[in-house]
Amino acid sequence: MKYLCLVYYDEKMMAQMNQQEWDTLNRECMSCVDNLQSQGHFLSGAPLHPVSTATTIRVRNNQLSTMDGPFAETKEQLAGYYLLEARDLNEAIQLASKIPPARYGSVEVRPVRELQAEGNVGYV
Amino acid sequence: MILQRNGKYLANSETLTRSSIDHIYRTESRRVLATLIRLLGSFELAEEALHEAFAAAVKQWPEEGVPSNPRAWLVSTGRFKIIDRLRRDAKFDTLQDQIADKLENESVDPADLADDQIEDDRLRLIFTCCHPSLAQEAQVALTLREICDLTTEEIARAFLIKPTTVAQRIVRAKSKIRDAGIPYEVPPPPELPERLESVLQVIYLIFNEGYAASTGDDLLRLDFTDEAIRLGRLLNQLLDDSEIKGLLALMLLHDSRRTARASADGNLILLEDQDRSLWNQKAIEEGSELVREAMNAPSVGMYSLQAAIAATHARAPTYADTDWNQIAGLYTLLLQANPSPVVELNRAVAIAMKDGPEAGLTLIDDILTRGDLEKYHLAHAARADLCRRLGRHDDARSAYQKALELAQLEPEKRFLQRRLMELNE
Repeated sequence: MKYLCLVYYDEKMMAQMNQQEWDTLNRECMSCVDNLQSQGHFLSGAPLHPVSTATTIRVRNNQLSTMDGPFAETKEQLAGYYLLEARDLNEAIQLASKIPPARYGSVEVRPVRELQAEGNVGYV
Repeated sequence: MILQRNGKYLANSETLTRSSIDHIYRTESRRVLATLIRLLGSFELAEEALHEAFAAAVKQWPEEGVPSNPRAWLVSTGRFKIIDRLRRDAKFDTLQDQIADKLENESVDPADLADDQIEDDRLRLIFTCCHPSLAQEAQVALTLREICDLTTEEIARAFLIKPTTVAQRIVRAKSKIRDAGIPYEVPPPPELPERLESVLQVIYLIFNEGYAASTGDDLLRLDFTDEAIRLGRLLNQLLDDSEIKGLLALMLLHDSRRTARASADGNLILLEDQDRSLWNQKAIEEGSELVREAMNAPSVGMYSLQAAIAATHARAPTYADTDWNQIAGLYTLLLQANPSPVVELNRAVAIAMKDGPEAGLTLIDDILTRGDLEKYHLAHAARADLCRRLGRHDDARSAYQKALELAQLEPEKRFLQRRLMELNE
């Protein structure tokens, strides 16, 4: 079996950490990945930029509409994920608009950031 | 302001250079900024570069004279200042050195180019500021700041919010552009319609903010209508599209009635009561010509149709002599292109003028019964007006009353109160 683990927290809480605390947490995540990897459990995973960097797309009547922010309605539930390589956000939006369920629900496009030993971009 | 030189006597030639630097700042700074953003890949670095470039011009030009290619000179100088600064900081941070290397190697020195050989990047800047991934309020703030060069204080005053709120919106928008990887480019043709729509929306929103503030005492805010028209002209000059022409025409035609629209004491004057000799004929001619071009396009969009309606009004010698047939027909087309209850309401008013108040009232009552415009003061005001014309004074009175409760703008409230008083006389 494969399992997807989705990570949630309150960004406001994270924003209160100082750079050192934040970098420490990021280093913990890096060693967590290392552990899982050495045990053969880790397939893929990445931290995301804050929710303010999100773009939500929908396709209705063959028309793409792009909106800022996470716009999933409460009656929509998470159904899957695609990790895409794209030149920039515009290409990512075009690729995501081809994901079939974009015609029924919505697809949130969020940039992935890199875990670093220090100097991690935090929340404001 | 960077061009200020205090406490020093300016010789004649120096004064001349100063005034030409001011002039170059006004005409070139946005274009130079747009190119610096492309070359440096960052809004923040580009703004710093622009500042440094003009500071260098103020220092050097009075002695060396204004270069023959000031635009290219400014781009080149700004870019080198940033590379130098990154090199200095590189002593503490090797990453800065790599960025400086990359910047230095990737482009030719613009100083060797003539001004018209420098690519015009303003369209890139417009599409980036109005990217649909940014919240609309951020798009508006960024456009006014980066393209119109308004200060955060000026933007804040117009939107009745705090300057810090505006500044925060701009900072957040810039980090989103960077972190989400919003590219600095004009979208390719298949993506253009959707992207252009959000650009036109931002410009029209800025125009409307100036034309009729949604709350408060100022009926007209002249600066913002001017900024929006300037933006429309710039966009029309950079990109050929019938809806750009339509929007520019619409703004010009609305603006042509600027002085006729409010009395000296700030009261609202309706189209039917306006002194048409006050209408700006030059703006009407320009707008009407743009409407003709826009209406010739293979597909006619909603801005072009609204402009065509405004042009029909502009042509009429009096309110009664307006071609209501044409206006009702255009509203029917507009309703197909852009179904909305407000458009439906306007169509009903045109039909009342064409076929009599009874026909219009039936349509308005239909819309109000559906509940779509229950909270829209102009729907009740229109209903009141038709009832008044039909001699149904009690119905008119209660509809004016309802409109008055919902209206927010002071001049509109005063207008409705006047109508109510006339009815009671």
